Amino acid sequence: MGYNIGIRLIDEFLAKSNVSRCVDFKETAEMIAKVGFKMFLGVTASVMNWDADGTCCSIVLEDNPLVDFVELPDTCQGLYYCNILSGVIRGALEMVAMKTEVTWIRDMLRGDDAYELQVKLLKQVPEEYPYKDDE
Amino acid sequence: MGREVSESCIDSLLTVMVSTYCNRFYANKPELAARRIEAIGYQVGHQLSERYTMERPRFSDHLEAIKFICKDFWFELFKKQIDNLKTNHRGTFVLQDNRFCWLTRMSIDQSPENGTSEELSIMADNKAMQSMHLYFPCGIIRGALSNLGIPCAVSADISNLPACSFVIRIKA
Repeated sequence: MGYNIGIRLIDEFLAKSNVSRCVDFKETAEMIAKVGFKMFLGVTASVMNWDADGTCCSIVLEDNPLVDFVELPDTCQGLYYCNILSGVIRGALEMVAMKTEVTWIRDMLRGDDAYELQVKLLKQVPEEYPYKDDE
Repeated sequence: MGREVSESCIDSLLTVMVSTYCNRFYANKPELAARRIEAIGYQVGHQLSERYTMERPRFSDHLEAIKFICKDFWFELFKKQIDNLKTNHRGTFVLQDNRFCWLTRMSIDQSPENGTSEELSIMADNKAMQSMHLYFPCGIIRGALSNLGIPCAVSADISNLPACSFVIRIKA
C-alpha cells in the first residue's frame, strides 16, 4: 500500500518543494529526511550510519506522528505498524530511477528507543525515454 | 489537539485503502470490500466523536447530535461545515456537502446520449468505484452517531457530483 502511495506522493513532493536534481544518493537521503518528512508528516528526521560506498544509510525519526496513540496488543507483537512508510519511500524513489530496499531497524512500538529505517540503494535505473531521438 | 500531517497523506491513504480492499483483499467481492471499508470508517468515527465531544455536555436530542455532526465534527474533519441539512422530522436526515473534499479529485463523467455498451459499462464501473470511496465517510458518520447513543444507517448519494448527500436513517 505504501508503494502505491509513494509513486504518487513523489509528484506532489517535487511540485511543492521545487528542488533541483539530487547529485547523489547522500543528497537524496537528506532530502527525504529533512524536506519530505517535514512536508508530509510535520517532523524532521536525521540521516546517519552511511556505509563505505554511500549506498546504504539509516533515517532516524525521534518523533513519529503515526504512532501517537498506538500500542501494539499482544496478538500483534510481530506487526511493523509503520511499514507503510517504508513502502512510500521505496515507491517514491523508484519513480525517480532508484531501486531501493527499505527496512525497519528500530521500532519504538517493539521496545526500541527510536524509529530507524534503513534505506539501501540497490541500483540506479537510467531513465528510458520512449521516443527515439531522431523521430 | 494533536499534531498535523499533510492533507495529501490522508487523501492518498484513503485512495490506496479503497483500491487495496477492492482489488486485492476482496477482489470480485465488492459487497465484502464495502462492508470492510465501512467498518473501518465506523471505528474511526467512533474514536473521533469521543475525542471531539470530550469537553461538551451530552446532547439533549437527536437533532442536536446531528447538528454537531454537521457543524463541529465536519469542520474538524474537512475544515468546512455541511452546507445543507434536511429532515422529515421522522428520523431521516439528509446532509448535503456541496464540495465533498474526498471526491474533488474524482472525474465527473458526463453521461453520453448514445453511449456504446462498452462506454456505458466503463461508466458503471466508475460509478461503482466512486461509491466505494463513500463507504468510509458513511462509516465515520455511523460510528460517530452510535458513540453518541444514536444507532442509525447511513448511505450516500452522488447523483450530483461534486456535491454529496449523506442520508442518515435513525433506527427507531
